[in-house]
This record gives sequence, structure tokens and C-alpha cells, in this order.
Amino acid sequence: MYPPYKPTLLRSPRKPLIVLPHTLSEVTGPVYGHGDISETDNDLTRQHDGEPLGERITVSGRVIDDNGRAVPNTLIEIWQCNAAGRYRHHVDRHAAPLDPNFSGAGRTLTDGQGRYFFTTIKPGAYPWQNHPNAWRPAHIHFSLFGTAFCQRLVTQMYFPDDPLFPFDPIFNSIPDEKARKRLICKFEMDLTKPEWSLGFRFDIVLRGREGTPFESKR
Amino acid sequence: MKAKGKKPELIPFPSQTVGPYFQIGLSRPEPTSQIAPPGVPGERLKLVCSVFDGQGWPLNDALVEIWQANANGKYHHPDDRQKKPVDPAFLGFGRMATNNEGICVFETIKPGRVPGPGKNPQAPHLTVSVFARGVLKRMATRIYFAGDAANEEDFVLARVPKARRNTLMAQPVPGEPGTWRFDVHLSGKQETVFFDV
Ligand SMILES: [Fe+3]
Repeated sequence: MYPPYKPTLLRSPRKPLIVLPHTLSEVTGPVYGHGDISETDNDLTRQHDGEPLGERITVSGRVIDDNGRAVPNTLIEIWQCNAAGRYRHHVDRHAAPLDPNFSGAGRTLTDGQGRYFFTTIKPGAYPWQNHPNAWRPAHIHFSLFGTAFCQRLVTQMYFPDDPLFPFDPIFNSIPDEKARKRLICKFEMDLTKPEWSLGFRFDIVLRGREGTPFESKR
Repeated sequence: MKAKGKKPELIPFPSQTVGPYFQIGLSRPEPTSQIAPPGVPGERLKLVCSVFDGQGWPLNDALVEIWQANANGKYHHPDDRQKKPVDPAFLGFGRMATNNEGICVFETIKPGRVPGPGKNPQAPHLTVSVFARGVLKRMATRIYFAGDAANEEDFVLARVPKARRNTLMAQPVPGEPGTWRFDVHLSGKQETVFFDV
């Protein structure tokens, strides 16, 4: 629970979580059947006839677990608002224009080394009515399955030097400052493509699996 | 959490809420209500899941994910090395957003028993992740089946205080054979047991 982020008040458990040693149920998870991933699924600027408005960016990184091992062939899903700060979603009533050339959803699988790439546009900030004059810093929502139920992670990626950080209760719901800062991607010249897009690196660490799962030889 | 001795760059990333717009990104290519397509061996179930807040109001903006073994108690996953058959038509994964009444429905089969740490295999169960606006971190729980004799010897249920075990039980819906109901209470008097996995 984090009271400044209001909906947490009625939506957070009050009793402590029960620690669950990892069994086969926790060290496995959906790794097949994510369907065909098409060529434009990781390029959010090429999903329509025209090009979306905004600053074109490349977001790339590596997914590893907390033992330092690469997490290959895992599904990453992202979603975001457009450059004006508007989501293509029926409950988003922000008075900013929709972009007919931008849906705001992407998906990809990591490669053998756990690497991934997205091309998109930089999302705008948007207001959200949690408190007077509440604005979300620019962010991209990330969803990762890893290879196990225990690795499942949904988080948000932020951009360097956003002036809204001190005012955002969602970003600040992570109590530890160092942990919070890890959700901020890094601008990287090496990922920046000449005459095309700014590059940002976002390496992601998933929780690892504990030891060897209980196995039945039968 | 559990970061002792880890280099800072190897500490798992913090979670953030899915927010109100997750359907843009998490419904593609489409939501999966059919965990087990027709014809998959096993006892067929219709599983009606509801999600409530601390005042008992249904959440119309929650996402429920299910992961389960097949009727033989085998997961469709390379690390499940049990010598039991997998059915390529049964992946064991479902994902649905709740509707305006806070409900989502899955079609599946009752999972078999998977190995546990002791001599007894675990009782039939499904693993569940619940996401929603205002939920900071994925809430992990399990669905067991009320009345299943194996529940008595399940090592996970044994870790749960007796008075709260019923929060993990799907209940048969009277008059609707094969239909089971599972309620998730994120908070409040009937708060569901959630696990730190
Ligand atoms: Fe957002």
C-alpha cells in the first residue's frame, strides 16, 4: 500500500504474504504459444500506413536473471501513450489528440543472449487526476514472463531527467531510491541511429529461480 | 528482497502497476479464456473468477493470468522433466481482463497432481497472477478445489493458517455441473491469501 497513490488503499492486502518455496508450479511458466510475432510487432512506428508523430526512439537492452544468466526467447510486451500523452483506450479522456498512425502496443521475444529491440516514439506526459495537477512522467509499460511463474514482472520504464519524478506517486511507490532509479533508461549514443532515432538502453533483471525444483523421477 | 550477497546490478527490478490501460498491450494477439481447447483429456471445468476490492466492490479493471499443469500433473515447460505425456494443444496458460461486473471466465480442465517437496504430490491447483490499476505488484495466489481429498496433505495449504485456507478454494456452483467459482479479495475481511514467490 502507498497512500499517495490512492487506489492502493482498497486494493492492497493488509496481511503479510506467505512465503512459498519454489516447486514445479513456480519454476515453470508459459514459454510457448505466444503466437506469431510479426515484423512490425517490435516497431510501433510501422504499424499503420503513415508514420506516427513524435520523436522516434530505439529502446533496447538485455533481460537477465538475478544469477546473471541471460533470459532467452522470452516474451516482452510493451504499451504506451502517443507523443501527445494520449492512450488509444476508451477510458482515456485526456484532451490530447489521438494519432491515427499509432496504436501504442509492441511485443517481441528476446534473442539467444536475452537481447531485445523496440522502435517507437517517445511517449508524452499525461494528467491522471490522482491529486490536483497530477501528471505522469513519460513512461513505457513493460511486461515480461521470464521462463517461470516466479519471474513474472510488470513494470514501467522512465526517461532520464524527467522533472515530474518528485511529484509522481507511482514512481515513488518504490521506497528505495536506488531501486527506483533502475527503472530509468539510459540515453546511449551507441544505440542512436544517425538521421533516424535516439537510442535508450534498458537492461532488465528478473528474479531468479531458487535452486533445483522438486523433481519426480517417476 | 532476497538480495543478500547480490551485486547491485543483479537485484531484481521493482514492479509497477499495470495502470488502467493494460488492455492495449496485454490483450494481444487476444485474451485467452480457453486454457484447454475442447478435446484435451481431463475433467472439464468452467472457472468463474471474480476480483473484489477491500470494500467488496468488483474490479472492472483487473487482469487475471492462470498457469496450470495438464491432467497428468505435467507442465508444458522444458524444465518439467517428469516422464509424462504433454498434449501440444494444451499450453496451460490463460489471461483475461475482468468485465464490468468484475468477472472473467476460463474454460479448462482440472490439473493433475504435480510433485511436492515431501513424499506426497501437491493437491490439484492452478497458479494465479492478479494485476490491476492500484496494484503495485502482481499478486500471486493459487486456486485449489474445495472438497478434494488431496488438499489435506498439500504442503502449501499446510503453511496457510486454517481459518484462511478457504480463500484459496474454488467452490462448485450449485446446479451448474462443472462450473467452479473463485473469488479474489485484494483486501478486507475476506482477504485472499497471497504468496511471496
Ligand atoms: Fe501509463
